Parts: sequence; C-alpha cells; structure tokens
Amino acid sequence: MSPAPLLEFRDLTFERNDVPLFAGLCGAVRSGDILQILGANGAGKTTLLRVLSTALTPAAGSLSWRGAPLPRQRSRYLAELAFIGHTPGLKRSLSPRENLRWLGGLFPLRRERMDAALAMLGLAEWADIPCAQLSAGLLRRVALARLPLSGATLWILDEPLTAIDRDGTAQVEELLRRHQADGGAVVFSSHQALVLPGVRQLTLAG
Amino acid sequence: METPELPGLAAGFGALLRRDLQLAWRQRGQAVNPLIFFVMVTALVPLAVGPEPALLTRLAPGMVWIMALLGTLLAADALFHEDFVDGALEHLVLSPQPLWLLVLAKVTAHWLVIGLPITLLSPLLGLMLALPDAGFMPLLVGLTLGTLVFSLLGAVGGALTVALGGRSVLLSLLVLPLYVPVLIFGTSAVTQAVAGGGIGGPLALLGAIAALALAVAPFAAAAALRAGIDG
Repeated sequence: MSPAPLLEFRDLTFERNDVPLFAGLCGAVRSGDILQILGANGAGKTTLLRVLSTALTPAAGSLSWRGAPLPRQRSRYLAELAFIGHTPGLKRSLSPRENLRWLGGLFPLRRERMDAALAMLGLAEWADIPCAQLSAGLLRRVALARLPLSGATLWILDEPLTAIDRDGTAQVEELLRRHQADGGAVVFSSHQALVLPGVRQLTLAG
Repeated sequence: METPELPGLAAGFGALLRRDLQLAWRQRGQAVNPLIFFVMVTALVPLAVGPEPALLTRLAPGMVWIMALLGTLLAADALFHEDFVDGALEHLVLSPQPLWLLVLAKVTAHWLVIGLPITLLSPLLGLMLALPDAGFMPLLVGLTLGTLVFSLLGAVGGALTVALGGRSVLLSLLVLPLYVPVLIFGTSAVTQAVAGGGIGGPLALLGAIAALALAVAPFAAAAALRAGIDG
C-alpha cells in the first residue's frame, strides 16, 4: 500500500452568499506532485487555494494532512506549508531583504541562504531597495524568493507567474522542478502552461 | 530534504515588533500625526477658554486624558488594516506561530509608537494647562497603564473591523464605551491627587483593567482576525 498522500481533500464545497462556488471537489496531492488549478476568471481558483491553506473554512468537506484530519494538527500543517497568495504580502517601505527577515520570524526560513535565493530569482541588485520602487514582476519574485528558503513540503501558489517575464517563468519552473525532485508538492493556479514533467490539472467548472 | 527549524516564540515576537517599528520609522510623518494632534489641541485650550490658572487646573486632567484617548483611537484604525490590504495579514494568520503572540507584538509596537510618546509628552501638556505638582505622578503612571489598555482594546476593535470599508466610525463606536472606565479612573486619580487625596484606589483599578486587557485582548483580537479574513 502506498503511503498516505500529503494533502487530501474530500467533497470540498464553498458557498459565497449561499451560491455554491464549487461543490464536491475531491483530490489528493502526493510527494512529487504538481497540481495546476485551472478555471475561468471567477471560477473559484483563489478561493480553493485559500481553503486548502486553511485561511478559509469550507462550507462542507474535509482536509487531511499526511493521513490525519487537518483541524486537529493545523500547526503541524502550517509549519510544512508555504502559501503565497495573489497579493504578495510584502511591506512596501521595506526592502526585499528586510521583508524576508520578518517572514523568517513567522515561518521556518534558512536565512543564511537569503543572498543565494535573491540572486537565483534575479533580485541581487534590488535586495536593499524599498519594495515600493520595484515593479509588479519584481515584487512577485520577492514573494517567490521565500520558497527556496522555506524547506516547506507543500507549496500553495496563487498565480505565481502574474507579471513575471519569460526569464522569470523559466526560473520559477526550475524552482518547482527542484522542489519536485526533493519530494515536495505544489498546488498552483495559473493560466499559463508550464514546462514541467507530470503536471496534473484540476479544472473548476465555475 | 533538511527542514529549517521553526523560529521560537521570542524570534516571532521580535521579528514582527522590529518590522512594525521599522515601518513606523520609515513612515514617521504618519506615526507622528496623533502626537501633533495631541499637542496642538492641548495648546489651543488655554487660548480658547482663557488663561486663568484655576480654570485650567480644573480642566487639565480631563483634557490630557481625552487627548491621549483620541490620539490612540485614531491610530488603532491602521493597526491591522494595512496588513489586510497588502496581504501580510494572511502570513500572520497562516504562520505556525500562535496568532495571539503576533497580535501582542503588533500591540507592543503600537504602544511604543503612540502610547509611550503620549505618556512622555503628558507632563509638558500638564505644564501648559497649569497642572499642580501633585498631579504629575498619577498622570504619568495612569497614562502608562491607560494607553496600554487603549492599544489592547483598540487591537480588538481593529481586528473586528479589519475587512470593512469606512472602518473608523464603527471602530470608535465599538471601542469608545470600553475606553470610558479607563478615562474615569485615570482622571479621578489625577483629580484626587491634586485635591490632596490618596491615589491608590483609581490607579489600582487601572492596573487591574490593564492586567485583564492584557490577558484577554490578544486572544479576542486573534479570533476576530481569523474570522475577519474568512469570507
């Protein structure tokens, strides 16, 4: 028997103003999996990702992490999760380095590799400039720079490629590929097709 | 894959406290606003009601306390809303660190940036309002405790209204009734001291309120924040 999947969700239903946004979603994410959430605008991709991250509570359905129901071991789950939402959550008057530093108090983060991570995402020359002066694409890269530092098993990324240029897309693909090789798992939403082996897709009907 | 260690409670508290102080320093103009308001209004009072020392002495405790209350209330609005708008609040809620600890770090920063300077400025305002010497000690001690309570309760109000537009009206309505006991005990400590009475009673009550707020408010604000981003 194969080991329990990392993240498993059953019959997830979410309602907005009593209208179901999605209903009865099931799925599992195993080590090495990359799951792409597809769907039209407004189909509920962001909502689904936020439900999976436990920021939102579903109307019905259950989540489990490593085979055990989630609510009871939420802190263990959160310690192994890196969630990057569609607003990057960075402080505009702080530099990328300062932003990563405060995030390092909240999440497990290898601070000693910060320079390497910033360089990997092409941010070396921007590392000490306030984020207010960076473009949308650079800000997205700063948010993503947390990933190679985090050591999290599961990455949940909401539109990680928004505003990112072609080189950046290749860098993100490289990040995901390494994470996959390390036995991690990724759930992300994007309209772009990524060049990655074995991406599974889940389409929300909307 | 080796996993970096989960930062300890002190590291989490320290990182967020440091971040908020850094932000306050970068946006000094915004942080200083309530203080300027506090000083300006108090400076205008003698001009408006006349400079008779007897009248000013009567007004002084109340005026200083009301200004401290309004100054902190003005700033409570932004406490969580900025983090909500730029998405940083999601990081706080999804952190493996306990949310009450992060709330406490934010409240501490808020108090250091607003409550503490107001408390330290209060003797100056006391001088401007002809407060007798006996009033300064209870004013300082009372405001130290009182502004702490204002920050803690302001955090609960700010957390409850975090996702709403036009927040400040609702926030004031929610929080002001809770501020009233603090205002009453705070001013009565100063008034009693000026009248030559003992100040132990009102200050002890203020201390008790501060202890209660410290024990309850971080948890209440944390619960409100979770509910606030859920939906």
